Amino acid sequence: MANLKELAARGDKFTGGHRACAGCGASIVARQALLAAGDKPVVVTCATGCLEVVSTIFPYTAWDVPFIHSAFENSAATISGVEAAYKSLHRQGTVKEDIRFLAFGGDGGTYDIGLQALSGAMERGHNMLYICYDNQAYMNTGIQRSSATPRGSSTTTSPNGKKIPGKIQFRKNLTEIMAAHGIPYVAQSVVGNWSDFTKKVEKALAKGGPAFIAVLQPCRLGWGYPPELTAELGRLAVETNFWPLYEVEDGRYKLNATPKERKPIGEWMFQQERFRHLKKPEHQSIIDDIQKDIDARWEQLNKKCSL
Amino acid sequence: MSELKKYKELALGGNIEKGGTAVDFKTGDWRSSRPVYNPENCIQCLFCWVYCPDSAVILKDGKVAGFNLEHCKGCGICAHECPGKKKVKAIVMEEEVK
Ligand SMILES: Cc1ncc(C[n+]2csc(CCOP(=O)(O)OP(=O)(O)O)c2C)c(N)n1
Ligand code: SF4
Ligand code: SF4
Ligand code: SF4
Ligand SMILES: [Mg+2]
Repeated sequence: MANLKELAARGDKFTGGHRACAGCGASIVARQALLAAGDKPVVVTCATGCLEVVSTIFPYTAWDVPFIHSAFENSAATISGVEAAYKSLHRQGTVKEDIRFLAFGGDGGTYDIGLQALSGAMERGHNMLYICYDNQAYMNTGIQRSSATPRGSSTTTSPNGKKIPGKIQFRKNLTEIMAAHGIPYVAQSVVGNWSDFTKKVEKALAKGGPAFIAVLQPCRLGWGYPPELTAELGRLAVETNFWPLYEVEDGRYKLNATPKERKPIGEWMFQQERFRHLKKPEHQSIIDDIQKDIDARWEQLNKKCSL
Repeated sequence: MSELKKYKELALGGNIEKGGTAVDFKTGDWRSSRPVYNPENCIQCLFCWVYCPDSAVILKDGKVAGFNLEHCKGCGICAHECPGKKKVKAIVMEEEVK
């Protein structure tokens, strides 16, 4: 696994000059993923969402690799088709290199509208890595709730007000859905731990076969925080056990980090505008509910890891 | 980027025929504060470089050598992540003045 000096020597394949907000975590995901993939040729696609929109405004592209512009729902289908074509050409001897295939999608494009395409591609066993950069809402269209949006979060379609205190439902656990596919590699990582993330990308690509990584991606606009905190809020999500770092390799669960002391979830939530309303004393029961859910999920995960 | 082309001069399907053309687009004028580097406090950990969302930390021979201010949007992540030497940061953010 490459250290920072080795990653730096590979050189950037995701360039500056893209139009993401200052401090955008999605650009950090793309940059670090390409650095990690950078020792071999790679073909990339991305679902419509912030990452694709900010990086491919014609005639500019921030991708210094072959890149295919996908629609919102079909990033996984697109790359699986490219990989299938490659396999055929490789067999015929027309293409000789060892090429890797990488798809990106936001949480909307992955948990919601692209779930079917993703599930199909994983089941068909393509040699591809799918990275979901999860900023927990449909950011590019103005912060609408998705099935990845956590309970209590105020979005434009789950606004805090007289009727509801932000989103009512808990978030869906996509990582576990992917693990249930029985594919060789599934993992959770975070913006703010470059070493964990780049290692997982390298590992997933080296493994061969279908692989999936969900990366929690702080979004300064949708979450509402000062831009310099992007990496720090990612780490805090891990330290509160809200977003455990773990991997499932050939069906075997492994925790990659255990916080010395689990921080209360408020330490993460109250730095973000989207949860600020929950500070009111009348909403304490919601915070308690969320804490209980986190602790229960953590316990479940630990059980799986000790099998 | 040179002048806009007529549609018949464009590649089929609106392809962009060369990768990484975004480097020609300048985002530096979005900035309201800029990172300032003091090599004396730098331990060359490269955290600033690996977390910059805009690939704007310049490395020379694997060491930090300043910032690409044509792309840097002034987010302050580099300064925030910088451990510095003896708790004194090697990057501080300074407000841009007109
Ligand atoms: C079929 C279809 N429906 C709706 C849209 C409009 N649309 C573009 S991006 C987007 C939201 C993307 O959300 P997400 O996948 O979470 O990515 P993010 O913008 O948060 O990075 C939507 C609804 C579209 N492009 N295609
Ligand atoms: S809205 Fe969020 S995800 Fe989209 S570009 Fe801005 S910071 Fe990045
Ligand atoms: S301020 Fe932000 S954009 Fe500028 S160099 Fe630092 S991390 Fe990069
Ligand atoms: S983060 Fe700070 S100490 Fe580390 S390389 Fe950058 S400037 Fe130097
Ligand atoms: Mg999103």
